[in-house]
Amino acid sequence: MNVHTHSYDAVIVGAGGAGLRAAIEVAGQCRAAVITKLYPTRSHTGAAQGGMCAALANVEDDSWEWHLFDTIKGGDYLVDQPAAEIMCRGAIDAVIELEHFGLPFNRTPEGRIDQRRFGGHTRNHGEAPVRRACYSADRTGHMILQTLYQQCVAREVNFFNEFQVLDIVFEEGDGGARRVAAVVAYELATGDLHVFQTKACLFATGGFGKMFKVSSNAHTLTGDGPGLLYRRGIPMQDLEMFQFHPTGIYKLGILLSEAARGEGGILRNKDMERFMERYAPTVKDLAPRDMVSRAIQTEINEGRGAGPHGDAVYLDLTHLPPEQLDAKLPDVTEFIRTYQGIEPKNEPALIQPTAHYAMGGIPTNVDGEVVVDAAGTIVEGLYAAGECACVSVHGANRLGTNSLLDIVVFGKRGGAAMARYVATATMPEPVKGAEEDVRARIETIKTTTGGEKVHDLRSRLQDEMQAKASVFRTGDSLRSCLQTVRELQAAYPKIAIDDKGAVFNYDLAEALELSYLLELAEGLVVGAEARTESRGAHSRDDFPQRDDTNWMKHTLAHRAHDGTVSLDYKPVVAGAYAPMERKY
Amino acid sequence: MTAVTEATAPASPTPGPVKKLTVHLRVKRYNPETDTKPHWEEFTVEAEPTDRILDALHTAKWTIDGTLTFRRSCAHGVCGSDAMVINGANGLACIQLIQDAGTEISLEPIRGLPVIKDLVVDMEPFFAQYRSVLPYLINTDDPGYKERHQSAEDRERFDDTTKCILCACCTTSCPVYWGNSDYIGPAAIVGAHRFIFDSRDQAADQRLDILNQRSGVWRCRTAFNCSEACPRGIKVTQAIEEVKRAILYDRV
Repeated sequence: MNVHTHSYDAVIVGAGGAGLRAAIEVAGQCRAAVITKLYPTRSHTGAAQGGMCAALANVEDDSWEWHLFDTIKGGDYLVDQPAAEIMCRGAIDAVIELEHFGLPFNRTPEGRIDQRRFGGHTRNHGEAPVRRACYSADRTGHMILQTLYQQCVAREVNFFNEFQVLDIVFEEGDGGARRVAAVVAYELATGDLHVFQTKACLFATGGFGKMFKVSSNAHTLTGDGPGLLYRRGIPMQDLEMFQFHPTGIYKLGILLSEAARGEGGILRNKDMERFMERYAPTVKDLAPRDMVSRAIQTEINEGRGAGPHGDAVYLDLTHLPPEQLDAKLPDVTEFIRTYQGIEPKNEPALIQPTAHYAMGGIPTNVDGEVVVDAAGTIVEGLYAAGECACVSVHGANRLGTNSLLDIVVFGKRGGAAMARYVATATMPEPVKGAEEDVRARIETIKTTTGGEKVHDLRSRLQDEMQAKASVFRTGDSLRSCLQTVRELQAAYPKIAIDDKGAVFNYDLAEALELSYLLELAEGLVVGAEARTESRGAHSRDDFPQRDDTNWMKHTLAHRAHDGTVSLDYKPVVAGAYAPMERKY
Repeated sequence: MTAVTEATAPASPTPGPVKKLTVHLRVKRYNPETDTKPHWEEFTVEAEPTDRILDALHTAKWTIDGTLTFRRSCAHGVCGSDAMVINGANGLACIQLIQDAGTEISLEPIRGLPVIKDLVVDMEPFFAQYRSVLPYLINTDDPGYKERHQSAEDRERFDDTTKCILCACCTTSCPVYWGNSDYIGPAAIVGAHRFIFDSRDQAADQRLDILNQRSGVWRCRTAFNCSEACPRGIKVTQAIEEVKRAILYDRV
């Protein structure tokens, strides 16, 4: 394996919305590189559909305080309120900035940015749904990704496309303090290794939904950034908080945006009953995602599920005007046509909850600096933003559209903080043999003859996580799940791959990615087993109540050198809104 | 008011094992580390009728031969990674189902870009052409701290070309591009169109100058392959025609 060395003031890993927004912020401020295992425009930000909320009040009364309240209540009070305030206040500027960048928002008849309803977003603290989501048909994420990439082209941002970052190297300082010294990347086209000496690194690698069987996530969403940091001693926060989106296409998990319900779509069980009226009488189908997913699963569990196996429900759009579907939901309706072979104007679609979004991840403060403990200790030069990070603005359940908001607000803040840091920081000394661990991992996988297949282990992981750690969980299901995950971890070193080559070896890449999924799954299950309450997306049949006395705290999962996982906790950062019962 | 009718539940098919089909995937393969020239190889896999071609490719890779190489990410037609020649026509492997494509499926790398390995081609020339058309909003007026207004009609004017996912299906279906890779290609013209016809943009003239060069829109022979190939349904040929007219008649 050839080894190349590079030197940059700052490196950004990942080129979805958060990485690109950070790249725009550091452009012209310092010598920076963006490393991405895909082409930037292939990133999964592009799959986001429905919108990005901001209290512009373009179409009806709204305020950022209402948005803040909804975000905190939606997150079941595990939200750090000062961080959420930064996001909800900053949303307005963020949307205007995207408009200035050229984003083609849908417009009102007066030419202003149009807005529509979305789950959990309400007027005046829960009175009724509010039109807060700014959107571009049902391809808002696509337009954000394209627009941010276009702005990077304008700024001549330096991309390393199809480079997979596999390790980070720290410089040890006095008293054990660490600072970023380098990242190590594997070039997919050649199999060469690249050591990027750098003062700072921002991780924006997205989620890890591929640990579940039914998922809206791309094949490439395997938690590489969190996974490699976890292995290097960075704790992971609130991994047990994993969102299931209510409306994934049956069996495939492909996302059908909440915008479908924002435009008036209705969920129905096999008897065509609008069952959400029973679960959320005020906002009905526009309740937050955790509640809707639980309602769907309850309908299924109690025998009212639809479809050939009774394990789905209907998303009904048939009562909506055809021209509204064509104008506002062209992609959603096309996905239904393509994958279910029906015309959504005439027939309802079969859907089921789909693993969608990690609320947890790399713990950061509001400037994207990675913090490793309850005291807020940072690692110099280390930043994270977007889904891979946990600020925590989403708490135990993210509201729809707040992920697009998160990536632009905290991508920008993280980039700005990183630019400030590198302006005065010195370049770390080159680390001799920085690539050796990565080289050894690759050589091991290429030479092992052990007989386990990546596909088999990954499928078993996905089946197990889906069955035992998804919408509903119990202590027993989680302990059983953990045992399986650990068996899979034990089998991992026996993985053998067919492709021993250097050029575009995706066989190898998938093996490397699986190791991160296994370790993050373990952290998720351990944290979920310990959290003896139900809060947001974490719903325990054996502990059905929220327990604010004992559990108003964030989980931090630590992974030791020998692979042992341990937990500790840090308090939720309180604010103006005291916890109250969550009714909609 | 639109009449609201209560939908009725579709009849559920009888539960039971889903019928599997035997699918023959003929893949044009090339490994630069072992092969001197491309060759065809057939994989026989089981697939459900509603599986995607991408699923069948994954079955082949994951259970038969891990060296089989192709790009993919989102698996539902929005990222643009898995463009390939499917039964002779460009498309994305993740939005075509086995029941539509049939059980005899040939897969080749998209044409006009250098093949690196199996179905993976070098995308750099394609993205370089996209970047050459100034694909970003240019407006030197200070908008202040507020949104610019744009009428719904002005927004609609360029709606079609905002859908582009840069998958290269259009460009690599173009016979002119196969013969002359200097031609900037349909996708880059679509990228330029999206800004040329955006009422907020001020650099249409610069882009039209770029597209008026020898490698620009005049290479287009209106074969319509690009429009047929676009997985997003963009009227690519029409967009190219609109750019040609804007150059000829000096107006947007």
